[in-house]
Formats: sequence, structure tokens, C-alpha cells
Amino acid sequence: MNPARRLVRADPEPGFEIDVDGEAVPVVPGQSLGAVLHAAGIRSWRTTRSGGRPRGLFCGIGVCFDCLVTVNGVPSLRACQIEARPGDRVTTGRPHPDGRPAADHASTEREAAGPAGPGRDRGAGGGRGDS
Amino acid sequence: MTPDYDLAVVGGGPAGVAGALTASLAGLGVVLLDSAARLGGQYFRRPADGFRAGRPGALHHGLDRFARQCDRLAARADVLTGHRVWSVEREGSALAVRCAEGDREERPRTITARGVLVATGAYDRPLPFPGWDLPGVITAGGAQALLKGDLVVAGSRVVVAGTGPFLLPVAAGLAAAGAHVLGAYEAGGRLGLAAHPFLAAGRAAEALGYGLRLARHRVPYRGRRAVVEAHGDDRLTHVTIARLDRDWRPVSTRTVECDTLACGYGFIPRIDLLVQLGCAVRDDHGDPAVVVDAGMRTGVPGVYAAGETTGVGGALLAEVEGRIAGRAAAADLGRRVPPDPVLSRRRDRMAAFARALRQAYPVRPGWQGWLREDTLVCRCEEVPLSAVREALELGAADARSVKLLTRAGMGWCQGRMCGYTVACLTRDALPVTRRAIAEPVRLGDLAAWPRPADDPASPDDGPASPEGRSR
Ligand SMILES: Cc1cc2nc3c(=O)[nH]c(=O)nc-3n(C[C@H](O)[C@H](O)[C@H](O)COP(=O)(O)OP(=O)(O)OC[C@H]3O[C@@H](n4cnc5c(N)ncnc54)[C@H](O)[C@@H]3O)c2cc1C
Ligand code: FES
Repeated sequence: MNPARRLVRADPEPGFEIDVDGEAVPVVPGQSLGAVLHAAGIRSWRTTRSGGRPRGLFCGIGVCFDCLVTVNGVPSLRACQIEARPGDRVTTGRPHPDGRPAADHASTEREAAGPAGPGRDRGAGGGRGDS
Repeated sequence: MTPDYDLAVVGGGPAGVAGALTASLAGLGVVLLDSAARLGGQYFRRPADGFRAGRPGALHHGLDRFARQCDRLAARADVLTGHRVWSVEREGSALAVRCAEGDREERPRTITARGVLVATGAYDRPLPFPGWDLPGVITAGGAQALLKGDLVVAGSRVVVAGTGPFLLPVAAGLAAAGAHVLGAYEAGGRLGLAAHPFLAAGRAAEALGYGLRLARHRVPYRGRRAVVEAHGDDRLTHVTIARLDRDWRPVSTRTVECDTLACGYGFIPRIDLLVQLGCAVRDDHGDPAVVVDAGMRTGVPGVYAAGETTGVGGALLAEVEGRIAGRAAAADLGRRVPPDPVLSRRRDRMAAFARALRQAYPVRPGWQGWLREDTLVCRCEEVPLSAVREALELGAADARSVKLLTRAGMGWCQGRMCGYTVACLTRDALPVTRRAIAEPVRLGDLAAWPRPADDPASPDDGPASPEGRSR
């Protein structure tokens, strides 16, 4: 057992698996999606708009928005803030294990627009709202 | 219209839970809201129920007592977890708390109360350095949250770096949970364990526990050291650790192989809701903190603040402040609450200690020398140092002008990650950003409500965009 679980004498409920780019990744009920991905050795699940740089967890508590993820086709969810659920399908834009081309992740991110927030200069950034 | 509750508490950490419990024991009708799935906040973050942890307290000091507070609270107040509050505003004689329920579905909900206690805690202060945006570099608090909440050890070969006493529990926790912790590097002077601030804060047993764990796992704890560069192509493979002079300028460096860096230079209070409400903000050693009186009342009637929102001071002070706020709220609503001078004196003593601690672990200016021209200052909008320097050369004199010229701080995180850096680079005063929305919400949810009044004094923080997150 992983020592962290031993430390707190965990006796995990039967878990489930989610689909990450076609790969099965194990979940203990209640774990955040970000933690599930990180624990599976996946350190990034999107790339940035202009630099194409990989991003995964950073702050871990919902403030940095680095961990944005696409789940079941819904883009821009904070992986550290949502619980993984049975049936979840995560697409990261990495090459698919069976050789299918990667989804155009950059465009999903563009469509996703920003969080509703202050400081919007409408129209700037081609319809992105996170200006 | 009668408000739904006497008091709405935002935040279920040590401050919020103590405040809500105290107020409900004094006879108020109380609701507590937290975005997380479980009460606990940062310090008492608990593993997901699915783990059925037999000893969840192994990772926390004092968890049993907190758990009892939560049980007592649940018996006498409404506890709404999974509720993200994005705005609080005055509505007639009441305060309207606008939130979204559910981590993905976002069912909109408004709760009204006569008073609101904001105990939303803090977040890590990162400092930038080349490579700090590589996957594998995470905040110290993030590593702690992964461990406490998800029982996930952030990496196998881990370096811990930053400043402040928080590095100790992070390094000790990771080591005990099976990580090979290569070292805990304190940029300030290392204080010997005997002189360690935890001892003076009445946390001797806790400090001793960390010390023993570090010793048992042979984790070196070194002062005047910092990680000044992270290396790797698409994930972290190495870090450069520098020996620093007094001002944090690198004196010599060496490179260490690792897969994870947990890094944090203190905490920044999370005060968006309070700033929205118009609460006064003071400069707490370079960070914004909300101004409160001896009863934790902000200047805005009916609005109270406790815990890290009033200045970073840790979990014990947060709890004491929560209790004081709960009592004040009850007294202000006409309940009979005898004064408790002992509690007030405890707060004064602990707050004075927190101030001393902040002075003992300042961020020194030499970190700016770790940056290169292409080092990202703003991670969201990918703004490098060179762009910020250019803006300064063009005559930008404050953080707001730099933001307008470079887009630093205009992305998803709304400057929460780069605000401190930009303020330092521009030598600007306190970075206080008025964010009309404390948590992202979808377009439809926003459209359903009238807009909060805009502050004409903040032209760059205008109305929320109609192009909010679309689905
Ligand atoms: C990531 C992280 C990890 C930490 N780990 C430790 C540790 O292990 N040991 C230690 O001594 N200190 C730790 N700290 C320091 C911490 O600030 C204090 O120990 C303590 O938790 C502060 O108590 P609090 O009640 O003021 O706030 P918190 O404990 O931070 O509680 C605030 C609560 O408010 C909720 N919240 C915030 N905004 C909203 C909103 N808009 N809507 C709804 N809910 C909201 C949060 O979900 C959170 O549960 C950590 C800090 C951070 C940022
Ligand atoms: S890791 Fe920062 S928001 Fe999720």
C-alpha cells in the first residue's frame, strides 16, 4: 500500500477507473480529478495558448487555473476542484495510445473563454473572456 | 423580506467553523458555506471519505478537536459544502450571498443573512524563477493539499523550498508519506529547532514531531538556500539550488535531480469578497489584509472577517479569531454575550507573534535577480519579464499600467499568482485588486442576477464579461 495511505490507516472503498486519452486510470471515491491524474504519473493535461507549454497542477486549491482540464467534452474545468466520477473521459491533447490523432486542444481552450470576471476588455483576444 | 439566516459564514476552515459554532451556540441561525466537499479548510483538510481512514489525524495536529467542532456545528446550523461563493452584496437591510452549488453543474443559489463572516483563508505566494511553470513544480501548499486531501504523494524525489515555518510540515509530511525528500531549503536564515517559531506559538509538540520526522528520514533543512531555476523539457527533471547572501542573491549553485519541487514563499490572504463589499484593507508586511476591530468587525456593518483574511497567522489564531467574530456577531444582533477578556488577550498575543514571525521571514529583493528576460512573470497570459521591463521603460509607473500594457494579471487567475511579483517589479504599493467575481461562474448564472454595483474608481475592473465561460 502507498505509505500515505498506510500512515492514516486507510481502507479504501472499492474504486473505479476513468478514461484518460483511452488509458484506464484508478480512482478512490472522493479524490479530485487533479490528484487522480497526478497520482497516475500524468503531470500535464493541457498546453498554453501562445507558448504551447504543458500545464498541470500548481496551486492545488483552485486559485491558479493552471490545471484546466477537458472532461466529457466540457473544457476548462479546474481539475483540482472537481471530484473524479465514474464514466469520466478526460482528453488532454496528448497523442492517443491507439494512434488516433490528438484532439486539437488549443482550439478547445480558445472556445472555452475565460472565467467571468473583472477587467474584461470585450472583444479582445478573439472572443476570449479572460482578458 | 426576512433574511434566511442571522449569519452566513463563508469558509469552513478553523476560523469559519469556530465562528459558525460560536454564533450558533449564542443563539443565531447560522449557515456555513464552503466550496470544498468537506469542512477543514487548508490546515484541517481531510482525506476523501472513500479512503475510510482509520487515523486521519496522523497528518494533522489537533484534528480530533476540530472534528468534534464540525459535529456540534452540523447539529445546530446548516452546513453547505460544495458551494462556491462568488459575490456578497448588500440587498436592502440584508446581505445576499451568491453562490454556485456543485463542482461541475453550478446550480445558482442566493442566500440572505443579516450578517456575513468571511473566513476564506489564504493561498501560497509563489515567486517566479526560470522554469517555474514546468509541470512538477507545485506550491508547497499544493503538495500539502494533495497529501492531506487525496493521500497522493506529490513525487518520488522531492525538493522543498521557499521561506517560512510552513516548509517544515510540508517536508516532514512528504517524507513520512514515502517521498524521498532531498532537502528543505529556507531562503531566509534557518532558525534552529530550539528557537523555532512554532515553539513560541504554543505548538511545541507539533514542531517536535516535524523535527523528529525530518531527522528520521534524514531530510536536511538548510538556511540561505533557494531553488533559482527548474529544468526539464515537458516536466521537471532537475533544479538549481543556490546558496544565497543576506538579500537572497545567489552566491554559488549546484544542480539536483528531482521530479517534484514544492515551493512557497508565505501566504497571501484571500480577501476578494471583502474587497467587493468595500472593506478597508491594510498593508500587512507587503500583503493586503482586511482591517478589523477587536470584535473582528470590518468597517462595513454586518460584515466580519477572521483567520488569514485579517493577516496571515496560522490555524490556531484563525480559530480564536473565528470565536471572537462569532461572539461579536451574536452580540450585535442582540444576543446576550458576556465579554471574554481572556479570548481577546489570546488573540492579541497570537497576533503579535504572527507579526513577529512575518518579520522573521521576509521576502528579500534578491529574488528578482533569479529571473531572466524570458522568465514568465504571468503564467496565465505568458508574459515574460522582458515585456514587463519594456512597459516600465515606456513609462508605466504602477502595476495597473503594467497590466494594461502587458496583460500580466489579466488571465484566468486574475493576478493571484503574479500580483505580488508585478507589484515588486514596479515598486508599486500594496497589490489590492478588486475582483467583481471571487469564483468563476458561467454566463447563464451571471445573467440571472443583477450586476453588483461597479466601482467607478477601478476603470480596469469593469463589469463582468458577457462572454463568461461558455459551454
Ligand atoms: C494550500 C494550503 C495548505 C496549507 N496547509 C497547511 C498545513 O498543513 N499546516 C499549517 O499549519 N498551515 C497550512 N496552511 C496555512 C493555512 O492558511 C492555515 O493553517 C489555516 O488553514 C487558516 O485557517 P482559515 O480558517 O483562516 O482558512 P482556511 O483553512 O484556508 O479555510 C478557508 C476555507 O474557505 C473556503 N473558501 C475560500 N474562498 C471561498 C469561496 N469564494 N466560496 C466558498 N468557500 C471558499 C476554502 O475552500 C477553505 O475551506 C495552508 C495554506 C494553504 C494555502
Ligand atoms: S492547481 Fe491551481 S487551480 Fe487547480
